[in-house]
Amino acid sequence: MKKFMNSADDFLKESLQGFGAAHKDIVSCYYDPNFVTRSSSTKEGKVALISGGGSGHEPMHGGLVGHGMLDAACPGFVFSSPTPDQMLAAAEKVDSGAGVLFIVKNYSGDVMNFEMAAEMMSGPNASVLTNDDVAVEDSSFTTGRRGVAATVLVEKIVGSLAEHGGSLQECKSLGDKVNKNSGSMGVAFSSCTVPAAGKPTFELGFDEMEFGVGIHGEPGRRRDKIKPAQDITNELLEAIIEDLKPNSNEEMLLFINGMGGTPLTELYLVFDNAKKFLDSKNIKISRSLVGNYCTSLEMQGASITLTKLDEEIVKHWDSKVHTAAMRWGM
Amino acid sequence: MSTKFLIDNAKLIELTINENADEIEKLDQEIGDGDHIFNVQRGIKLVIELEPIIKDLPISKALNQIAMKVLSGIGGSSGALFGTLFMTMAKGANIDDGIDFKKAVEIFAQGVEAVKQRGKADVGEKTMMDVLIPVSNCLQKGLEENKDKSEILNEAIEVAEKGMLSTKDLLATKGRASFLGERAKGHIDPGARSSQLMIKTVCESVNS
Repeated sequence: MKKFMNSADDFLKESLQGFGAAHKDIVSCYYDPNFVTRSSSTKEGKVALISGGGSGHEPMHGGLVGHGMLDAACPGFVFSSPTPDQMLAAAEKVDSGAGVLFIVKNYSGDVMNFEMAAEMMSGPNASVLTNDDVAVEDSSFTTGRRGVAATVLVEKIVGSLAEHGGSLQECKSLGDKVNKNSGSMGVAFSSCTVPAAGKPTFELGFDEMEFGVGIHGEPGRRRDKIKPAQDITNELLEAIIEDLKPNSNEEMLLFINGMGGTPLTELYLVFDNAKKFLDSKNIKISRSLVGNYCTSLEMQGASITLTKLDEEIVKHWDSKVHTAAMRWGM
Repeated sequence: MSTKFLIDNAKLIELTINENADEIEKLDQEIGDGDHIFNVQRGIKLVIELEPIIKDLPISKALNQIAMKVLSGIGGSSGALFGTLFMTMAKGANIDDGIDFKKAVEIFAQGVEAVKQRGKADVGEKTMMDVLIPVSNCLQKGLEENKDKSEILNEAIEVAEKGMLSTKDLLATKGRASFLGERAKGHIDPGARSSQLMIKTVCESVNS
């Protein structure tokens, strides 16, 4: 294993310290329990947005804390959900009295820990559960679909509504809508290595890819031989479109997300190929995002997310945001 | 059963888990994401480190401290599930007056029921519940039938092993392995394996 690290035990702490120091104008980091907040306190009457999840997906979620997005983020150990004490400490710090909205990715550990925090909390709170990964079959008898890259979009869009004075219920409803309007699917070209494990999470041949991979390197739909980018892109988009069933001429947001080990050059190439395919289907891309936002350590690969847009979503997508990882309009 | 019993058993469990760490890690890499063994090892270490703080506490308070430590120190599903188990056991009525075998079985059953609710998983879903639920049922049934304690414990060890092995051919419907569909078949669930090892260790220690 080759990583910038001194010891597996200090890996997360040193990374958080660096993050806090590099962006001290935007965020403040707290330790034991670990959480990140905005450097300024929550405006009176503003709903506080808190997300969290295992570390290793940076910039999600700490890099999405700031004006127009999250109020706090709780980083767990690498690929392990954070714990209720972190969420309670973060809520204590950022709740201005208007309530707390938890944004949670649908993974068992995250769901259970956020659920316990919500049960222990005395103030008003609600949760948005993201489950945009179309690679996984959904059913009421299973854990269901995973929450992946669309979580970033939910945080941006709901973050804007909260900034504009949306109530707890309005924020939850918009979050649920964005999640429902979104579909994602990813593909991995290489595994990733959890620092504490020291070896790759899974083995992938040099000419193989994991199709429908999850954001921790969990297997997806199938293992395949590598193909031209246009073919991979088409297959990912077909799966998403089959799920979202957009109308002809529907306006959508196209989000090409890097898993951490794939250069932007390739991500833009995927965007080009995706646009060609979507053009042929009469789907209009009116908003876009390309970059590493929901990563899986050093994994090579990418995911594609499509979100159906409406006036409300577009307005809150375009509004100003100032976080470590996402800044525009100001 | 006393607080000392809890600490002594945590130490025994640490030995057993460490002996089988490679196997558990491998199982998790096959159908999970490979973090289960580290979570379990970290959790046990944290519990053992509590010894100076909890050794003189009544058992309800000791169990509660263990629950909070496990909940805050592990994270992931394991933290929430084991935290729920110990927290519920700590709430068992009158446990500070002393825990005999019957009381231990009763609070364990309450704990397992709470874990079942928390994880929304039942028998047959390829999780640790395939070990915990049958073991809890076996212990309760043994008591109802007035069986000898050592006989009940031996049965529980067998039931745990059977439950663990049963996960091999199951389709996972809960937890991370559920994302694999058919591909999870043929692999033992790592959480079922670690739970089975813990049950075996504790039952053997009570029986010795």
